Amino acid sequence: MSVLVYAEIGKGRVKKSSLECVNYASKIAQQTGSTVTAVVVNADDAQVAELGKAGATKVLRVKNDKIGSDSFLISAVVEQAAKAEGSKVIIFAFDIVGKASAPRLSAKLKAGLVAGAIDYPVINGNTFEVKKNVFSGKANATYVINSDIKIISLLPNSFPVQLGSGTATATDFNVELPASRITIKETRSNSSGGMIPLPEAELVVSAGRGLKGPENWKIVEDLAATLGATTACSRPVADMHWRPHHEHVGQTGVAIRPNLYIAIGISGAIQHLAGVNGSKTIVVINNDKEAPFFKSADYGVVGDAFSIVPKLTEAIKKFKAHQN
Amino acid sequence: MKILVAISNVPDTTTKIQFTDGDTKFNSAGVTMVINPYDEWYALVRALELKEANLAEKVTLIHVGLADSEATIRKGLSLGADDAVRVNAEGPDAFFVAEQIANYAKANGYELILVGKETINYNGSSVGAIIAGLLDLPFISLATKLDIAGNKATVEHDVDGGVQVVECDLPVVISCAKGMAEQRIPNMRGIMAARTKPLTVVEGNGSAPLTTVKAYALNPGRTTCKMISEDNLDELVNLLHTEAKVI
Repeated sequence: MSVLVYAEIGKGRVKKSSLECVNYASKIAQQTGSTVTAVVVNADDAQVAELGKAGATKVLRVKNDKIGSDSFLISAVVEQAAKAEGSKVIIFAFDIVGKASAPRLSAKLKAGLVAGAIDYPVINGNTFEVKKNVFSGKANATYVINSDIKIISLLPNSFPVQLGSGTATATDFNVELPASRITIKETRSNSSGGMIPLPEAELVVSAGRGLKGPENWKIVEDLAATLGATTACSRPVADMHWRPHHEHVGQTGVAIRPNLYIAIGISGAIQHLAGVNGSKTIVVINNDKEAPFFKSADYGVVGDAFSIVPKLTEAIKKFKAHQN
Repeated sequence: MKILVAISNVPDTTTKIQFTDGDTKFNSAGVTMVINPYDEWYALVRALELKEANLAEKVTLIHVGLADSEATIRKGLSLGADDAVRVNAEGPDAFFVAEQIANYAKANGYELILVGKETINYNGSSVGAIIAGLLDLPFISLATKLDIAGNKATVEHDVDGGVQVVECDLPVVISCAKGMAEQRIPNMRGIMAARTKPLTVVEGNGSAPLTTVKAYALNPGRTTCKMISEDNLDELVNLLHTEAKVI
């Protein structure tokens, strides 16, 4: 009857979004007098320990090199884990993998799914009330899950990760997988230059047409490097190939919700806001004091980005030096 | 090959969102409704391109909704879809919508089912994967390129941290994202033709809703933007540290 989490490993560590899911699941487990089991593919002992610190008491370790990010296989793995554990509550991250796998599992188990939860469920007996954002972040909706088995995918960066001193017992979990019907011909990694991938980044520095050309991006990159932030861009900039497609944030690009979003030379079209308005704090730097983005910002600086951005980088360097 | 394109009827992106009936319903009064952009720009236009390249015989639109969405469906027909089906039902969630589409697809046989990567009203990114799950078909999400050769689809799609090129035998369900195709504007001939294209209405037939919406609420917008002089950026850094607590 444990609360089941599908956890993932990325770049040698348990993904932050997975740790958030384990934290979230343990809150549900506390309320329902249950425990948290994580099912994870190809995890080592250190990663099992990390899942334990986040609140899992049991880790089902699947050893398989074929699963990758194939949602067909992932939903089969989680379905079998849920059956073995008798789980009635299953948690995914609302990321690329979770968006494809959780709905498929929902179809298989006839389980109600809330995709993109932003808060803990309110539990009344066998029904869960779960809040998620709708209308591209302009509003939220409280969903009631009526089914016996419940699936929730958690919007990344909704809660800070909390690690305690818990430990998890690891069990090897053998799954019987159907043959995938999708053949991978080629995989290309985004060149992120060592930065944290955008959907997981807590700090993001983004720039738009106001920068006038791709050759001017150094000041943006310097600011991002100083902060330890990830760089992003607006749609026109990606469309003009000034910056790679995967850096495009907004409605048609990646939707992000970092703790800090610094927008430089971006006017703030509604389509851009739809992808970033979940950010906790927004700083807008623009030479047009009438730019609509200021209405959706927490802090604003009006002026020339070419003089402001390097000064901001210096101010942050000074702050960091003082911190150490 | 026959292609089924699922389209949703959504408020235009610039809509000021309001609710009614004690905050339990979206208030569509005076709101401009459009085809969900991802369904239109990417899924439908790519389907039309495949037909124009003689790789598909027919492009059918399917929409789950009430009669007030017919203008949106006609817009899809004016862009070039051959015919349309409206499942006359108002679904409480993605599962209900996907179930209607899956039922129709199963009964009528489609080799390719295309959906947008998400709808801009409910943002669940769920319908495509649920259809695939119900029909036991493969699902490829966030496709940015799609080509068909014989019985095989070659798809480039976004994955965590990169891009993958995959191959898959038809039938398959694919969710479409930016890159797949470019937005088109319907021409007068298309608009005229759309008036007489077949739009079939079938009744919905679903199981009990797995989830229902209890209430909506607007997210509080940002009220005040603190303006900081460019000569006082230490103050901005200080505020980010002490007030916003983000650095």
